[in-house]
Amino acid sequence: MDLATFLVQCLNSVQFGLLLFLVASGLTLIFGIMGVINLAHGSFYMIGAYMAYGLAPIVAGAVGGGFFATLAFGIVLSVVVGYLLEWAFFSYLYEREHLQQVLMTYGLILVFDELRSIIVDDDVHGVPPPDWLAGSIPLGDLMSYPVYRLFISGVCILLAIGMYFVFTRTRLGMMIRAGSTNREMVQSLGIDIKILYRFVFAAGVALAALAGMIAAPVSSVYPGMGEQVLIICFVVVVIGGIGSVRGALLAALLIGAVDTFGKVLLPSAAGVLIYVLMAAILLWKPAGLFRAG
Amino acid sequence: MFRHTFRLAVGVAAVALLPGLAQAQDKLRVGLMLPYSGTYAQLGEAIENGFRLYVEQHGGKLGGREIEYFKVDDESAPPKAADNMNKLVKRDNVDVVIGTVHSGVAMAMARIAKQTGTLMIDPNAGADAVTGPMCAKNIFRSSFSNWQPGYATGEALAKTGAKNVVTITWKYAAGDESVGGFTEAFEKGGGKVVENLTVPFPNVEFQALLTRIASLKPDAVYTFFAGGGAVKFVKDYKAAGLGSIPLYGAGFLTEGTTKAQGDAAEGVVTAMHYADNLDNASDKAFRLAYAKAYKLQPDVYAVQGYDAAQILATGLAATNGDPRKIDAFRAAVLKAKFDSPRGMFTMSESHNPVQDFYLRKVTGGENTVVGIASKALADPGRGCKM
Amino acid sequence: MAVSRSAVVLCLAALAGLLAWPAFASDFGVDLTTKILIYAILALSLELLVGQTGLVCFGQAAFFGIAAYATVRFSPEYDAAAIWWLLPSAVAASAVFALVMGALSLRTRGVYFIMVTLAFSQMAYYVIHDTPVGGGTDGIYLNVPPSVAVGSTQLLDLSDPLHFYYAALLALVTCFVMLAVALRSRFGRALAGIRVNEQRMRAAGFSTYPYQLAAFVLSGAIAGIAGFLFAIKDGFVNPELLSWHLSGAALVMIILGGLGHLRGAVIGAFALSLLEELFQSRELMGGFSDHWHLGLGASIIACVALLPRGLIGLPRMLRARLLGARQAGAP
Repeated sequence: MDLATFLVQCLNSVQFGLLLFLVASGLTLIFGIMGVINLAHGSFYMIGAYMAYGLAPIVAGAVGGGFFATLAFGIVLSVVVGYLLEWAFFSYLYEREHLQQVLMTYGLILVFDELRSIIVDDDVHGVPPPDWLAGSIPLGDLMSYPVYRLFISGVCILLAIGMYFVFTRTRLGMMIRAGSTNREMVQSLGIDIKILYRFVFAAGVALAALAGMIAAPVSSVYPGMGEQVLIICFVVVVIGGIGSVRGALLAALLIGAVDTFGKVLLPSAAGVLIYVLMAAILLWKPAGLFRAG
Repeated sequence: MFRHTFRLAVGVAAVALLPGLAQAQDKLRVGLMLPYSGTYAQLGEAIENGFRLYVEQHGGKLGGREIEYFKVDDESAPPKAADNMNKLVKRDNVDVVIGTVHSGVAMAMARIAKQTGTLMIDPNAGADAVTGPMCAKNIFRSSFSNWQPGYATGEALAKTGAKNVVTITWKYAAGDESVGGFTEAFEKGGGKVVENLTVPFPNVEFQALLTRIASLKPDAVYTFFAGGGAVKFVKDYKAAGLGSIPLYGAGFLTEGTTKAQGDAAEGVVTAMHYADNLDNASDKAFRLAYAKAYKLQPDVYAVQGYDAAQILATGLAATNGDPRKIDAFRAAVLKAKFDSPRGMFTMSESHNPVQDFYLRKVTGGENTVVGIASKALADPGRGCKM
Repeated sequence: MAVSRSAVVLCLAALAGLLAWPAFASDFGVDLTTKILIYAILALSLELLVGQTGLVCFGQAAFFGIAAYATVRFSPEYDAAAIWWLLPSAVAASAVFALVMGALSLRTRGVYFIMVTLAFSQMAYYVIHDTPVGGGTDGIYLNVPPSVAVGSTQLLDLSDPLHFYYAALLALVTCFVMLAVALRSRFGRALAGIRVNEQRMRAAGFSTYPYQLAAFVLSGAIAGIAGFLFAIKDGFVNPELLSWHLSGAALVMIILGGLGHLRGAVIGAFALSLLEELFQSRELMGGFSDHWHLGLGASIIACVALLPRGLIGLPRMLRARLLGARQAGAP
């Protein structure tokens, strides 16, 4: 593999890793702070992508907006959906055992899939990126790298920085971090833990949906996309340490690298490698790479 | 009183003495085992639409019998294939099974059809085995074998003078068979396949392999992808700047996917047994009727469903509506020339369509015919012993 | 774990029903029931791990699928293998995998344990799916089922659906009885103790690891028997037999039936399969049957939410409601 190819593969691996991080960050927050295993998290990613597809004509017709207007609408819609979902369904899961959470969210996946089938359809759809991002940057004589993929990486990095800022510099972040390490203490300090949870859940849903929305132009929109991302997300969260956003970032980048280079160097082993990695890390550090917070 | 009883007796005797006639009045039980959920649901719907259109155009009857439909959603799930097939064959006692889209499911179906002797017509799944080692007198196909479009594309590409080609596809039976057909024709035409790249099915992360293609600098690239994977691949290919390397593929690359692919699909060349602007009377009539009935444009899947009904009708006409007279059914189908929206086709000895493959180029979002890639191409039916 | 007499009577009645079933049922009915019996064996194996030992394993499908693939791979292409060596070999393949999975997974706890079992099962899935070991993503075929013969006398013809039904029923009853006996033994009590409070057991000087590992291997072996039967039933195996969807379905079965009871696993297998059939039925559901996943998902959610003890707990729940109401409304 020559240097140019290697650099492109590095770009590919970082972009894939960062997108994974965006989805996984929501999962690790929900998992870490509320202790809920949510198998339906992949469905939020899919819902985001289908929103990008379905809302685009509506937004264009109503306010004449383009890609970013659709994105903004989508984010607001997913926060609302997340809020309602937590209030109506997920708040009942906090007291339950992990096994029951697994099964109820498993049932939720089926429900979401079928709702999508009824509301939209089962077809594959493309979402065009905005024109000014649709080009490619030439690298060498034959290859070029799509600008939109750089945009995805850029958005993820911005969000990562934003999350870091919120967690370490704001009161809200402090409450979230405290809530993940000691729930009862936070409550006895007079903070309404219910509202905090609701907000965190809505944020988690919005992060996953946003990931789906910005990934849509690149990955296209199809029924099985949620499931494909779900299992890998769990791997990221578990390797990184449940509840640790920092861990999720590191783990996502690691998995992006293993997957990308694995596909090129050892294609038939690529699928297994991620799980071998996860098993190896867990056997070395049974609670993941980082602790919560 | 006596007259009344006498008439009754005559009537009963008549019915009892003419079992053939009585049976032909029974409804024909048609089992549709298609994907009605999941990624291939649109294809399942199109196939059913095409089938029903043919039946409606012929007075709602096939072989002189009215149709009773039984539907099972196979979910494109091979583990449930045997159970779903048994639902139709053993529980609903259907006379014929039409199915399916996914090759893994179709193979399980073919196995059961072979064991039970139930008539089966495959309206899409291209697994070579269905008209190969798994072939049987009661199993027919109205679509194609994976080998065919690959071979046709290989022929066409060799004629353009391309010498070095890289292939890329999913690592599963359909991909392997398609690339196999392509390689056979291309190397016969004097070319060489430099490298075979594969992605585990149903993975769609192509960046790493696109980079590899760029570094190999081939004359052209041959690919087999369908559905969501086809959309993503074509878009990624263009975005990676590989547009200067001609992209060839089996027709499914651009079937039903051009809208989603947008500009990236322009100039992609594929070979398939159907195209969007064929110049024959049957196709024009078919497209009009289909659009009127379903408010949708038909695609190759609808045509395959339509022709499955045609094959069934042809066979039943020779057996007076009895699907169990397999030898007579088969003889009629093998002799027939089918007037299909795709053009004329006949049936090979191993029960696969012998048909023209059109060379199509995507122009303005449509698969426009630019020539014939391969005339009256027959799948060799390797391993088929009937 | 004491079992009430009524429970024993019900079990025997159910057994009698299953024995007589083929006389009343259509071919399809027998076929469907055979499939459910095989899933019931799978559910039993998972109940041993989750309900009895408290180890939530999300990788049961791997044991099932490995034995199924071993059955096909070890069988000659056009001849019948003798069941006397084919069955133990297939089961051994699963048991060995369970041994390795257990030995490594037991180093983690809680939700990490669940994820590690999933990881191992996914590894097995990808090995079968992507490498030549599995023979391709579309699956491979078993052309001839194994022979069940002693010397030259054939005891059973496994290609006959009726014989196969009784073979599956025999396997289910054998596994059930074997597990019931095992759980009453010292081994079973140790597992119960570990499930309730592992730390306390260890503080009492009890080495829990060998017991947990033994439970893993036994569970893997029983799931292997189910996989072996599945391979013979359809003569066709494919990688989806190892997917996490099947592991999830097995978990749904045991929760639906009722955790902590062996018969809960069997009840759950019947309940889930029949629910699926119900929602897919065109006669009962009409056009809604096209979207049967919705009904199934909602049912799973409702069952887990409203029946925490599973269907087994239903009589007690109803009795409590009725008794409670009567007491409250009594003049």
